[in-house]
Amino acid sequence: MSNHLIDLKDLDTEAMRELLHLTDRFVEVCQRPIPKVPALRGRTVALIFFEDSTRTRMSFDLAAKRLSADVLDFPTHTSSLSKGESLQDTVETIRALGVDALVIRHSSGGLPGEIADAVGETISVINAGDGLNAHPTQGLLDAYTLCQHFNGAAGTQASLSGLRIGIVGDIKHSRVARTDVAAYSSLGAKITVVAPEALVPDDVSEWPVEVSDDLDAVLSDLDVVGLLRIQKERITDDSLISIDDYIERFGMTESRAEKLRPEVAITHPGPVNRGIEIADAVLDKRPNVLVQQQVTNGVAVRMAVLFRLLGSGIEID
Amino acid sequence: MADRERRMTPPYGGVFVARTTVLDAAQVRRALTRISHEIIERNQGLDDVVLVALQTGGVEIARLIARILFEIDDVDVPIGTLDVALYRDDIGLRPVMPEAETDIQIDLGGKIVVLVDDVLFTGRTIRAALDALTDFGRPRAVQLAVVIDRGHRELPIRPDFVGKNLPTRRDEVVDVNPEGVLLGEMRK
Repeated sequence: MSNHLIDLKDLDTEAMRELLHLTDRFVEVCQRPIPKVPALRGRTVALIFFEDSTRTRMSFDLAAKRLSADVLDFPTHTSSLSKGESLQDTVETIRALGVDALVIRHSSGGLPGEIADAVGETISVINAGDGLNAHPTQGLLDAYTLCQHFNGAAGTQASLSGLRIGIVGDIKHSRVARTDVAAYSSLGAKITVVAPEALVPDDVSEWPVEVSDDLDAVLSDLDVVGLLRIQKERITDDSLISIDDYIERFGMTESRAEKLRPEVAITHPGPVNRGIEIADAVLDKRPNVLVQQQVTNGVAVRMAVLFRLLGSGIEID
Repeated sequence: MADRERRMTPPYGGVFVARTTVLDAAQVRRALTRISHEIIERNQGLDDVVLVALQTGGVEIARLIARILFEIDDVDVPIGTLDVALYRDDIGLRPVMPEAETDIQIDLGGKIVVLVDDVLFTGRTIRAALDALTDFGRPRAVQLAVVIDRGHRELPIRPDFVGKNLPTRRDEVVDVNPEGVLLGEMRK
């Protein structure tokens, strides 16, 4: 991997630490009276989102603008694009326009990687979520948020060593779960995935995680509870349990939250299904719910990634 | 000399080899004492004066100046640090990374900012710093203090307070730290 960011599995711990440390710098930039630097003036970043996204798209948009890059929004829904040759042609067209980076989200896992292979060194490809595969900037921002919460900042030796992190929800259909596991394990955390049996991935034995289907049994051992967004149809169709049963067993209800030590952090990649993954009162009132911080840090993380790929003159290795 | 400057000076990956000692520790101290007096004289005291140290070479120097200013006038002058990597005009031309901390806690609006760096060379770092400062407010004035002015300016920038003017060749390297100033070069 060189001038692209496709999957955190491609990064070794050192490369990940470097990006997280760079994020420290951009967190500071985002707190300035004028939170904008001229670092990527004259560079152009194209946002190509084949899947609906509000926060990731806005976050990349803002990150590019705070670096003074120009942003090209590619309207995928008004063009009759489909996978295959026409997409390649589209990418060629965008490249011919003189774009420096493509930020791509697609429902087909592996597609951003294929585009990266096709364009080679000429422009950077950043995966903004591909199918059930990966969502590297989400993994980085989740890891950064935990580093910041527990250690104040990432620093040069970012580490989650000693932390016990539970990831709760539809693990099987979640690229966020896959990516967070890659990020957290690389930084030394101990991970437990918690899900109904039918929503545990088939290849979970190859993951660096413990598996449980009983949230209450593992709750007291956790320092972080990472809730995943669920899709109601998937829960009811695949796991054959009702939404009410899901909430009863896996939801961060008020009574369950009361059993947590107050210092236990709760994360959620958003958007939240209020009352399902997490109860209103927990989301709005409990301390150490890091959901807003994750969103804020997302901009700084994406600034770090964009600057690293387009501005630093150094390749990610 | 700071690690980063070392790494960013051709030949990349070389080591600094000193040829002569330009100033020893006592001379550095005396130069900084004089600069401190000049800062007070120019600004008729230290009201509204803020030191902003350029990462990374200016930080140690700014701390020393602040200590001397305190000894002279009993005033704690605030210090900020500034990494100008994101404002450089050579982004994309050579490796640039914002590795050091920018920490400016105060609104610079209306303040007299004294930029502090170890060496003034092409002036491009100062140009970038002036751009960066405007993102933190509108200072009443910006002044520049450097330990060594080694010439070879590429921009119309001049220092207000200078420890020593040192004629150099372009390919030479100046190493400044509180223990002294060395002139030498990078060798592979």
